[in-house]
Amino acid sequence: MNLAAVVPLDSTHGFLSPSGVEIVFVLVGLGVLGAALLTVTTKQLVHAALWLVVALGGLAIEYLLLTAEFIAWVQVLIYVGAVVVLVLFGLMLTRAPIGVSPDADSGNRWLALGVALAAAATLVTLVVDAFRCTWIDLGTVAGSTKANGVTLFRYWVLPFEALSVLLLAALVGAIVLSRREKKEP
Amino acid sequence: MHLVFPAVLAALLFCVGLYGVLARRNAVLMLMSVELMLNAVNLNLVAFDVWLRDALHSGQALTLFTITVAAAEIGLGLAIVLLIFRNRGTADIDRVGRLTDGDEKADGDEKADSAETVGDDEMEGVG
Repeated sequence: MNLAAVVPLDSTHGFLSPSGVEIVFVLVGLGVLGAALLTVTTKQLVHAALWLVVALGGLAIEYLLLTAEFIAWVQVLIYVGAVVVLVLFGLMLTRAPIGVSPDADSGNRWLALGVALAAAATLVTLVVDAFRCTWIDLGTVAGSTKANGVTLFRYWVLPFEALSVLLLAALVGAIVLSRREKKEP
Repeated sequence: MHLVFPAVLAALLFCVGLYGVLARRNAVLMLMSVELMLNAVNLNLVAFDVWLRDALHSGQALTLFTITVAAAEIGLGLAIVLLIFRNRGTADIDRVGRLTDGDEKADGDEKADSAETVGDDEMEGVG
């Protein structure tokens, strides 16, 4: 990584320059993909939520490897901490069966598989073709908490405040939706 | 690091989420697949922000905003799913074909009957 700062990038990197960070990134990425596949294919509904934890936690590691540490911890806090707990509560409150439920997939799963494979082939071809000769310089940290905080509260204050209003609106909306109405006599 | 690695991972993750949204029958599982798709977009945003070295860190700021919007989305989505479950007794997407509040029989072979009584149900919904 330090070498990249001294010499021009293209002369030091081959097409696949396997540095340690890249190897770890690919390994964790394979884990994330496997967990995501299990999330969308497993027949046990609660296991799907637990595999989602693995996928989202692996993504947090990927953020750390991309030197975006603040995003990584926000990912752990909000996704792994809050969203998955919400999903588990949703599964329990809709009385999801604990064991294997054979009708977890709907009838159009082969159509869905075709659509997903076509989209994957198109996207991967396009992305590989577009960024074949592009390297990320990870020598300096790009997403430290200090840098993120400074930019967030200096340049992105207005969207930040608008987001707080959005969260308030979502809170009120969720309460209104889940409140039980009184029966009219 | 090669930029292709995070970009391809994000594309594949998005397609896995796409498959989940199309193939799953339970509404909560569908929401989980939507979360996977949102996370793929977040990974793209972070990777391209680190690549471009934007002075405003716009990619990471946008990632934070996306995570917040996703949290709001899953909260509201689960509230709607729970409301549907309370009214209909099922969280099955295939059986929730109508938005009206009628006492729909949740069977596939009742489709013809429900099609005949749609007019009445709409009148009830208005009233």
